Amino acid sequence: MSLLDIRNISVRFGGVHALEEVSLNLNQGEILGLIGPNGAGKTTMLRVITGVVRSNKGEIDLNGELLNNLPIHARVRKGVGFAQQLVRPFREMTLAENVALAAGAEQTMHPWRSMFRVERREALRESLKWLAMVGIEDAADSFPNAVPLGYLKRMEVARVLALRPRMLLLDEPLAGLNQVEATAFADILLELNRNGQTILLIEHNLAEVRRICSRLVVLDNGCKLVEGIPETVLNQSSVLEAYIGQGTVHAEN
Amino acid sequence: MGYEISLLTFMGISIIGSLSLNLITGFCGQVSLGHVAFVGIGAYTASVLTKADTPFFVALLAGMLLAGTFGVMVGLASLRVRHDFLAITTMGVNFVFLGVVREQEWLGGELGISSIPDPGLGKLGFLALVLGFVVLVALLSLQIRRSWMGYVFDAVSGDEDTARMLGLDVSHYKLIAFALGTALAGLSGGLYAHHVRFIFPDSFAFVESITLLAMVVIGGNGSILGVILASALLSVLPQWFQFIGDYKLLLYGSLLFVVMRFSPGGLAGLAQNLFHKSKKYFALKENQ
Repeated sequence: MSLLDIRNISVRFGGVHALEEVSLNLNQGEILGLIGPNGAGKTTMLRVITGVVRSNKGEIDLNGELLNNLPIHARVRKGVGFAQQLVRPFREMTLAENVALAAGAEQTMHPWRSMFRVERREALRESLKWLAMVGIEDAADSFPNAVPLGYLKRMEVARVLALRPRMLLLDEPLAGLNQVEATAFADILLELNRNGQTILLIEHNLAEVRRICSRLVVLDNGCKLVEGIPETVLNQSSVLEAYIGQGTVHAEN
Repeated sequence: MGYEISLLTFMGISIIGSLSLNLITGFCGQVSLGHVAFVGIGAYTASVLTKADTPFFVALLAGMLLAGTFGVMVGLASLRVRHDFLAITTMGVNFVFLGVVREQEWLGGELGISSIPDPGLGKLGFLALVLGFVVLVALLSLQIRRSWMGYVFDAVSGDEDTARMLGLDVSHYKLIAFALGTALAGLSGGLYAHHVRFIFPDSFAFVESITLLAMVVIGGNGSILGVILASALLSVLPQWFQFIGDYKLLLYGSLLFVVMRFSPGGLAGLAQNLFHKSKKYFALKENQ
């Protein structure tokens, strides 16, 4: 069953076509990998879904509801959870407080009413659960400046999970991690997926992409190149060419 | 005795003014360099009304409402511009206010409004009223600080793009900060006008906005107690030492610089640092 339907999205920045008539869908319960060379339009696509970038054309449909005209925060409240590529923790808050702010979405929904809501313990308790799920509960009371990047990346995911999103959008979650860390992190994503979390993943680490994604969509130059299961897609010559450059495949042949 | 009462009243009014700016700049991270314009709107509104025989408290409330309304309008601008640009925009608000007020015959033009009616509470009664408002505004600040609203303000002040990604309606929260902060500035203006009973455009000049900002920054951006202490101190210094009045901009400018350079957390940050250092020192001593 399709959770997110993206239909004919086009985005232009000045004269540059960042995305051109791209359609894709994200099915309930899958890990969809969105791959392609640098500048292919992957991050732009995620930004269109979250509302940071507005598309010039096309529709974004979450379970039958159009998101196009909603502001960012409203889309998040509808179930779009986005972990950014560059981790941006609130530096004045501990990791647990960072996550608890998201876990208390109920308390912050109505701005005026939030003035009369004081109780934070429940949200903090819940934040520990999410931190444990990504394996960093030991750093709950640390401030972002005192922990390594790997921890911050996990915190970012825990913070998004605390929003209980219907789909999790991840932009290069493995970038900057060594292979051991990357594999461990990918395992966490697999585990989340087994528990029913739908995930849309942008990632350059193709070994991990091949291992955990159930389906792939390849973008190149703002257009959709191909989609299908990882084994088939990653062995197609057009995909290899897009990644490595034209001529390489012919040379091998 | 009369002098001390007057001084304390003035101190209380300054505290309300700086706590109101603290809601916007300290809590929500939106720098305002023109806050005294809203103090002025409250002062002029309340004075015009009491001179037209409106009851004092109704006039005070009207001043708050009008200041808050204009505050929301400036808040709407804050949704479009950030950081330095917001600072410049709010500074412009101060000059626009002065420019408009100076030209209005019915507001007394350059000469301002004099013989503002006495609220009839007596000097001590008026002081008690002002101190009562100080307590209320401090309690309101405290409530915001410990509530989920304060939590969201922290996030908005830290990184508003990320706050949006957590589903927080950043625009709405910012507008609330502006509405509350400027309405309370209007309150301090109404009280000020009925304390000195004579106002003119220069009472709300740019240097007064800087004075309010200095109180907030020197006290410790966001710290309620720190801001109260700093405004108590900075509001009476020029009264005690007359010469400070002439060099106010220089003195407050240098103080702002020194604080930002050496203790960005202001008095509150300094106290916290000392507390942690002494704790470490004593812990070390115990271990030896």
